[in-house]
Amino acid sequence: MTAAAPTPMTMAEKALARAAGRSQVAAGEFVTASVDLAMTHDIFAADVFGMLADAGIRRVWDADRVVVVFDHLVPPPTIEAAEAQRRARQHAADFGIRHFYAERAGICHQVLVEKGHVLPGRLVVATDSHTTTHGALGAAGSGIGSTEMAYVLATGRLWFKVPETIRFELVGELPEWVTAKDIVLFIAGRFGADVARYRAIEMGGPAASRLSVAGRLTISNMAVELGAKFGFFEADEAALAFLTGRTREPLEPFGPDDGARYLAAYSIDVSDLEPQVALPHNVDNVRPLSTVRGLRVDQAFLGSCTNGRLEDLAAAAAILRARTVHPDVRMVVAPASQEVYRQAARQGLLEIFSQAGAVVLNPGCGPCFGGHQGLLAPGERCIGSHNRNFCGRMGSSAAEICLASPAVVAASAVAGAIADPREYA
Amino acid sequence: MSTELQPFKGKVWLFGDDISTDLLSPGACVFATEQVRRQHVLEAADPRFAREVQPGDVIVAGRNFGCGSSRESAPENLKLVGLGGVVAESFARIFFRNAVAIGLPVVACPGVVAAFAPGDEIELALDEATVRNLRTGQVLQAERLAPDMLQVLARGGILPLLRELAADANAGPIPDPRPGR
Ligand code: SF4
Repeated sequence: MTAAAPTPMTMAEKALARAAGRSQVAAGEFVTASVDLAMTHDIFAADVFGMLADAGIRRVWDADRVVVVFDHLVPPPTIEAAEAQRRARQHAADFGIRHFYAERAGICHQVLVEKGHVLPGRLVVATDSHTTTHGALGAAGSGIGSTEMAYVLATGRLWFKVPETIRFELVGELPEWVTAKDIVLFIAGRFGADVARYRAIEMGGPAASRLSVAGRLTISNMAVELGAKFGFFEADEAALAFLTGRTREPLEPFGPDDGARYLAAYSIDVSDLEPQVALPHNVDNVRPLSTVRGLRVDQAFLGSCTNGRLEDLAAAAAILRARTVHPDVRMVVAPASQEVYRQAARQGLLEIFSQAGAVVLNPGCGPCFGGHQGLLAPGERCIGSHNRNFCGRMGSSAAEICLASPAVVAASAVAGAIADPREYA
Repeated sequence: MSTELQPFKGKVWLFGDDISTDLLSPGACVFATEQVRRQHVLEAADPRFAREVQPGDVIVAGRNFGCGSSRESAPENLKLVGLGGVVAESFARIFFRNAVAIGLPVVACPGVVAAFAPGDEIELALDEATVRNLRTGQVLQAERLAPDMLQVLARGGILPLLRELAADANAGPIPDPRPGR
């Protein structure tokens, strides 16, 4: 009997096959996979390690593959948050966690990619839904619950159902001032917030390979808002160049096999896109900017693991340079990491924000999930560069959240109402 | 460590599509006592269920079982009443993961609704992923669970398994299933 020819696999299938130690897996199967990287942050760390300690487990399966970050509530705004971080800090010491960043690094997903923990084709799990972010570097990243994380930390393994994949081919040239954020908002508006439920997404095509790594991170981050379990880009030269110098591991490109089978494939020409805005209270309630201009805003938020990177801050600063935030608007800027913060400081961007009247926060999640540092009063409206606009996410449930690119956020901050960055360029 | 999962039999309760976490764990009872939670599980879908379900009974249901919120009380309530397991055409992802995590057997089995009538006796072999109707003799092939899921189910959930791993002085590091790593 001759061996059957291997069936071409999607990125999700290839990554899970590798992690399961198999040459072949197919969508629909359950597999037990070895985890390459596990991360938990300040909201869940104390619980997860507490569960292990209660069960009598004293060490993690591989201290090199575990990362703990404090980012959601830093520095702690409440006694409870301080207490949770105190406990998590003690656990990190007891369990010998080597990659314990506390509040010194930034938002967890940005930290994982900056510090070279994420590699193409590897399996990344974290107690956070936006773990899809790591697909931007070709990694299979997905969020899991605390109990499952305890299991991962004890055993290094977890079970997965191999997902079907939806492929988006991006073609054409992005117009100036139209960004990766606008692409992903457009996809949410066109296809709906559950287009990829239980599924993986693969972004491909010439316009995808021209996107910067930062732009890819934005789209993969929001893949979860489309329901996706993984949100992949191919790990091409740009991805490997980004990783060079951040890791000592050998770097190899990672992509789907030719002829891989997709549940659906869509082609999107980005040439005609205009900036997009998601209106309250769902990520897929998306309109072209021109139809929502002039909508009054009370807060402008620039930051988050979606759009708090250097190129995001630079785009906003280009608009805010020599301008002032509208007197009725409070603008809050939170760089995604300390690395971004220091680069922004060196390039004079923080000074521009400060001069314009924005509040520059420490790196962290801050207002993104309504934790602290910029909550909304009833009746207030925020335009933000983050990823979720569910009712109540940033404070009062009688407030409204609109989502857009950093450039739109900055232009709107100046105008006091949703505005077009092309008029400020 | 073997999984030691024996096939088991139970009486069938039949439910339709989209049985939600609100039906399984009504919002008003999420923080109620175990006794109250037991009385209200699936009440709005079939009031007889909570009164008459016997330990070891099995739910056979349609598509998207457990849809809705991520509340772990949904599978917990089914465990509280002693349910042997749920066999459904398909499951909502988070419910499915939560059920395994707490040790409630769940099996996705396309075609299962058409193969069963209320009150039939079912035999479930998780290792083989087979579902048998003991009245008609019909056997269905369900989706196979991953080895670690079977092991977690055999131990009654992740937490008991973790305790067992910790207690087993000889356990040592768990071998990596991948060759050459
Ligand atoms: S920045 Fe927002 S979305 Fe990202 S990890 Fe923090 S809270 Fe979550």
